Amino acid sequence: MSDAITRDDVAHVAMLAKLRVTPDELDRYTSQLGAILDHARDMEALDLDDVPPTAHPLPLVNVFRLDEVGPGVDRAEVLANAPSTQDDRFRVPAILGEEP
Amino acid sequence: MSAIELARAVRAGERSAREIVDGYLATIAEHEPTIHAFNLVTADEARAAADAVDAKVAEGRDPGPLAGVPVALKDNLCTRGIPTTCSSKILAGWRPPYDATVVQKLAAAGAVSVGKTNLDEFAMGSSTENSAFGPTRNPRDPERVPGGSSGGSAAAVAAGFAPLSLGSDTGGSIRQPASLCGVVGVKPTYGLVSRYGLVAFASSLDQIGPFAANVADAALLLEVIAGHDPRDSTSSPEPVPRYTQSLGDGVAGMRVGIISELMGDGIAPDVRRRVEEAAEHLAKSGATVGEASVPAAMFGLSAYYLIAPAEASSNLARYDGVRYGLRVDGATTAEMMESTRTEGFGVEVKRRIMLGTYALSAGYYEAFYGKAQKVRTLIVRDFAAAYEQFDVLLSPTAPTTAFRFGEKAEDPLAMYLSDVCTIPTNLAGQPAMSVPFGVGDDGMPVGVQVLAPTLGEVPMFRAAAVLEAGAPA
Repeated sequence: MSDAITRDDVAHVAMLAKLRVTPDELDRYTSQLGAILDHARDMEALDLDDVPPTAHPLPLVNVFRLDEVGPGVDRAEVLANAPSTQDDRFRVPAILGEEP
Repeated sequence: MSAIELARAVRAGERSAREIVDGYLATIAEHEPTIHAFNLVTADEARAAADAVDAKVAEGRDPGPLAGVPVALKDNLCTRGIPTTCSSKILAGWRPPYDATVVQKLAAAGAVSVGKTNLDEFAMGSSTENSAFGPTRNPRDPERVPGGSSGGSAAAVAAGFAPLSLGSDTGGSIRQPASLCGVVGVKPTYGLVSRYGLVAFASSLDQIGPFAANVADAALLLEVIAGHDPRDSTSSPEPVPRYTQSLGDGVAGMRVGIISELMGDGIAPDVRRRVEEAAEHLAKSGATVGEASVPAAMFGLSAYYLIAPAEASSNLARYDGVRYGLRVDGATTAEMMESTRTEGFGVEVKRRIMLGTYALSAGYYEAFYGKAQKVRTLIVRDFAAAYEQFDVLLSPTAPTTAFRFGEKAEDPLAMYLSDVCTIPTNLAGQPAMSVPFGVGDDGMPVGVQVLAPTLGEVPMFRAAAVLEAGAPA
């Protein structure tokens, strides 16, 4: 298996997961994630070369149905939950540097 | 009174649903400030639902198999118009625009929801200490944790706040708190109960299941919530057996295996002793008891704590401050999302999101997630081999009795180890349940876990009923 997780690795995954971490948190998470991943090294004792992966407990196949129009959720009820809306849409701050 | 007796009395017109619900609401009002089982008690809605059941009885219409029976719902089950928080700040103010299938089924069966129960945030934890709204206390000793993540649902039944409750079990989140609180908790076969409206944590592992004060009540509740649902593509098409009908069939001739890998050093001696006594009781009741081996179960914890966080990191990407829940403003959308997630999620949820993101990221996927999926295959194979020799398997539910607040809160790995006996079942997608079987040296409840093969709920409940009848006082 690979080397131990580093502080830079944790900073990188935090960025990918859109989480901000303080330097203190970075230290703590690095040591905690390191301990968990270290425990996972017990799997190295197993010969897994010829073992297929299992992603799911059921032998899943696609489930199809007729494409019929049914009742959906109420739009007003959905939009009532949104932090900000405009013209029946979700409103967000600027993206790509444009003016809001 | 059991849930079965309550429903019978309401159906026969001997007791009113309203009087029953008022009684439970009074118990909640008295003891909830100490226990904190609930995020929300829906007293007004409960009284209205009870009145509707009573009206049905008065009109001579069928009020359903759970007529007038109060039930508490884990707060990760969607309830239309009623706040559903997952015990997270990030879902502040959210009122789902639809009901979970199990919520609809309960209402159709005449059950009366009394509220939404506390949990570890997004069902990630084993003590409810990760709730954004403060921990739930164990009704058997308020200085100790109730277990988790469905700690509120387990405590609600143990405290007499409701005869029934629902939880969800991804790695033991029903069975472990059931064990620690001294109640019955069932994790059904994956796909038996619809997950529609259950807020997703790890989709290939999550399953909704019942808590009850006794085995028969749990069996009845499972009958009500199980069944095919076209809104869940992983829902089982198999017909649902009447578990309550075969409960008294005993265990004569049943082959019971004790999982030797789950009876080792990591298990407290007093807990181990109770499992051995449980096995002796089954043998005395006519079962053939032997030693079973599920070697890959030893690696379940490692596989689970890569697979579940990986799935969680993907499922929890939807909490971005755009469509519902918390939004923390920022100059740009990217900033807003980062601030929202940073303030909205608690430390354990962040830990698992980062762990899962890491396990799935380029360069580490094969070493971690890929390996974990292969170990999952070994666990499925080892269980299959064990079930060629045995009808049901036996193990402890949790390695210890209920621990004290703060004992494991700073050491994630120590906390994760509380799920070591329950996790293998989730990875295999099979059913298992915890049955109270006496107490440990500290006087706290011990749960014995009964495991069964896929859709093996019938023999599982039969063995559980025999254990319940023989449980030490």
